Amino acid sequence: MGSEFHIVVCGSIVPDPLQTLAPQDGPAGPSLKNEMMLPAVLDPWAGHALFEAANLAAKNPGSQVWLVSLGPKAKLQQVMMSVSQKAPFQLVVADGSASGFTDAYETAKVLAETIEGIGGLDRSKMLLFGGWQSASRGSGAVIQMVGELLGVTEQFQGVDKLTVGGDGSLEVLERVEGGAYQKSVVDGAPAAFGWATGELPEPPNNPQVGMQNMQKNMPALMQAKPADLSGTSLKFSSVELPKQRRETRIVKDVPVDEMAKEIVEWIKG
Amino acid sequence: MTVLFLAHTECDNSLHKSALETLTAAKALADGMGSDLVVGLIGADVAEAAGTIGGCDAKFYAVSGPEFADGRYASDLTAAEAIAKACSPEVVVAPATSRFSRALPGLAIRLDGRVDTHLSGLAAEDGKPVAKRWFYRQRMEGTLTRDERPWVLTLDSGCAEPFDGAGAADVEALSVDVSSVRTKVAGMECASEDQQTIRPDADLLFVAGAGWTKKQADGATHVPEAEETIRVFLDATKASLGSSKSLVDISGEGGAVISFLTHMHQVGQTGATPRHPKGLSTCCHGEEPHVVGWRFIKERRAINLDAGCGWAQGKCDVLYVGDAFAIMKKVNELLG
Repeated sequence: MGSEFHIVVCGSIVPDPLQTLAPQDGPAGPSLKNEMMLPAVLDPWAGHALFEAANLAAKNPGSQVWLVSLGPKAKLQQVMMSVSQKAPFQLVVADGSASGFTDAYETAKVLAETIEGIGGLDRSKMLLFGGWQSASRGSGAVIQMVGELLGVTEQFQGVDKLTVGGDGSLEVLERVEGGAYQKSVVDGAPAAFGWATGELPEPPNNPQVGMQNMQKNMPALMQAKPADLSGTSLKFSSVELPKQRRETRIVKDVPVDEMAKEIVEWIKG
Repeated sequence: MTVLFLAHTECDNSLHKSALETLTAAKALADGMGSDLVVGLIGADVAEAAGTIGGCDAKFYAVSGPEFADGRYASDLTAAEAIAKACSPEVVVAPATSRFSRALPGLAIRLDGRVDTHLSGLAAEDGKPVAKRWFYRQRMEGTLTRDERPWVLTLDSGCAEPFDGAGAADVEALSVDVSSVRTKVAGMECASEDQQTIRPDADLLFVAGAGWTKKQADGATHVPEAEETIRVFLDATKASLGSSKSLVDISGEGGAVISFLTHMHQVGQTGATPRHPKGLSTCCHGEEPHVVGWRFIKERRAINLDAGCGWAQGKCDVLYVGDAFAIMKKVNELLG
């Protein structure tokens, strides 16, 4: 027997991980050089959360998925053209900076307020999803704060597996130190989950799903309200790329035995 | 003014090394700010832990009992909230363990403060706290301050020397009610000692790249041989195993896989950034994403076929240009 969930996934965009990034100072603090020109992707951990949400919703009829995203809507629109083909969801957009230097609390506040404004969301059925980290700020703090602001006090981080029991209970595997999992059980929604990689591969593109999504999501993008992220005193005195460059010794045209001997001595040394 | 150091006990009621490191940083911060240091402990039984750090010249609070033996967001947060409200700190400093990384961001909300996590450095400048942390997954480091208080901070491991100062501690116990917490911890799932290949405290990180599963000089793949070579090396050295994302993802692309590699082994832009004294990379290539995984590895060596590899040049100390299958097989022989 399934359960009916209202799954809210928080996730934004980040620069493509393969891009070279450099910081620059601006009037509003640090930012990425050529930030708006950099190709963007859905944050990898948010992606895992979204795909797990879609899978959970498919297994539990009556469930719905919202993707709540704080980001510049022009860039979001580009990314959503591809993400929308992966899984069915309703996009909810707060138009603002997706910079990694944006304060985690201000981000959480905007997300919580945006979630509170979702029509038809039953918070007693709510599962709050997101990444446990991001490829931008990487604080691992936003989902917890969104949950607290919404009164969701059963929370899990580094989640790789979520299993719904016949009684609607949720069994969770969370990553802890040393490659181990902590197994917990919560009796049901509402609860918050910061996802690690999960266990699902990235779904293949489905143009039909993409068409259905974009019919709903284009208006959401057009109607996105500007997000106010100005309430922080956070100040950066510097943001720097690490300067350390090593003098790499190249060992080539040397017999395998000699290389192996040197490696073993180094390991044991 | 008060700096609150928060720590949780381990399953044997001791304090983890990262907690001791964080205490060093918290004490230095309190001294630099001219503030009092308060220690807050959470766990099943905190007496032993308190005794190991009793010499830190602080007032001690604790929330303890069987319901605090395991890490749960709601109970840990309620305990931390009670301790914080007992001492009204300006700054809260805690180790960025999985347990506190889960719970303490919520503390900032409950205290109407702010939180910054995964710090790589913490100091007092002109009597005020200044934090350092990495952005964009260890690709650039920022130095930051803020005026909001209390400021909840978690410090990553390896950023300070462990505190050493046992002594008698007079611990004030606080009582909190967690009967309404709906989460029950059902235990741990751990690989056996022989099967476990993620070893955070190992001296060596061995990173396996996608080259291990690619066609070799004879035009065929040799995945079983790769598995055996890696497994023998890990058994001999007790190194921790890391993987590039491309290798972990090969299963999704229908390629042959190293059977004992999972996403938990992944290092780099979309994985972990482990801290080990030495690192040996094999069959890896690539630029920025791989560098991220090696950011905190001190001595780095690599084996691959490309002397001009952009990842290795300038990033590792020694690059062995050769066939990792042959070199590692010989290494295993020498390790006996």
